[in-house]
Amino acid sequence: MEGITSEAFILGCSAIGAGLAMIAGIGPGIGQGNAAARACEAVGRQPEAQGDITRTMLLGQAVAETTGIYGLVIAIILLFVRPLMTYYVGLGL
Amino acid sequence: MELLITIGGKEIIIHSSIVNTVLVVILLSLFALYVNSKFKSADTSKKPVGLQNIVEILVGAVNNLVMTTMGENNFKFAPFIFTIICFIGVANLLGLTGLTPPTSDYSVTFSLALITFFITQIMLFKTRRGLGGYLKSFTEPFVLLTPLNVIGELANPISLSFRLFGNIMSGGIIMTLLYSALGYFAPIVTPVLHGYFDVFSGLLQTFIFGMLSMIFISGATEE
Repeated sequence: MEGITSEAFILGCSAIGAGLAMIAGIGPGIGQGNAAARACEAVGRQPEAQGDITRTMLLGQAVAETTGIYGLVIAIILLFVRPLMTYYVGLGL
Repeated sequence: MELLITIGGKEIIIHSSIVNTVLVVILLSLFALYVNSKFKSADTSKKPVGLQNIVEILVGAVNNLVMTTMGENNFKFAPFIFTIICFIGVANLLGLTGLTPPTSDYSVTFSLALITFFITQIMLFKTRRGLGGYLKSFTEPFVLLTPLNVIGELANPISLSFRLFGNIMSGGIIMTLLYSALGYFAPIVTPVLHGYFDVFSGLLQTFIFGMLSMIFISGATEE
């Protein structure tokens, strides 16, 4: 690979890694959609319990979101903190 | 906003999250003093009006929530929950004014989560009657599961803080990208997104943080 500096290569790979990390968003999306669908059914069956159902649904969705947030945090770290770059510079190569 | 202080030729940068945290605390303290003076002069024989009404609704809602989620025995945690909800709520809404919300800094959210974590551990200590019972509870249901129990306990504050941090931070990043991409045309699109990311998402995460804190604490106080 001529014409590409090592720093640019590391930055590019970090960007690709950040993009790949965001694939983690698929799981929470499906999970939260499922929870919302079930909550809709429950409200349809029992409209008087809407407050409780909404609260439980939001709580469950927040917990289901955790894995997606982990992916997001890794993507943010790769893009803005650039640990690989720091490691490379620290090696003094 | 960042502050730059020069003491004896040394420059000290005070990070914007610290400045904004102190700003939120000052705002809340002034509001509390104002509400206090209003309540002292209020006539208890008449129905509440104006600001007193709003504050009473808020306090009543939180009291009600704590009562239904944590039970009557843990009602003493209601002030703590209300404090944490007030702080996070105002901190998240600070994004509307153009300042960075303090909760988009990981150190702020992690310290908030650590408060809940230490309360949980102290309550566990109390309900399991001292160090022996506390340590023994990690070996249940059998000894091989000890590492999993310890990791499960330590993962609570991390996931709690990352949830708040990730939501507020990602909203901020998306808003910054939009503002820099659209330039002068940004005010056409951004009000709606401010409504979603700052108001809706911010208040939802506030509620969820309070709710999860309540669940962790009430889970620790059960025998």
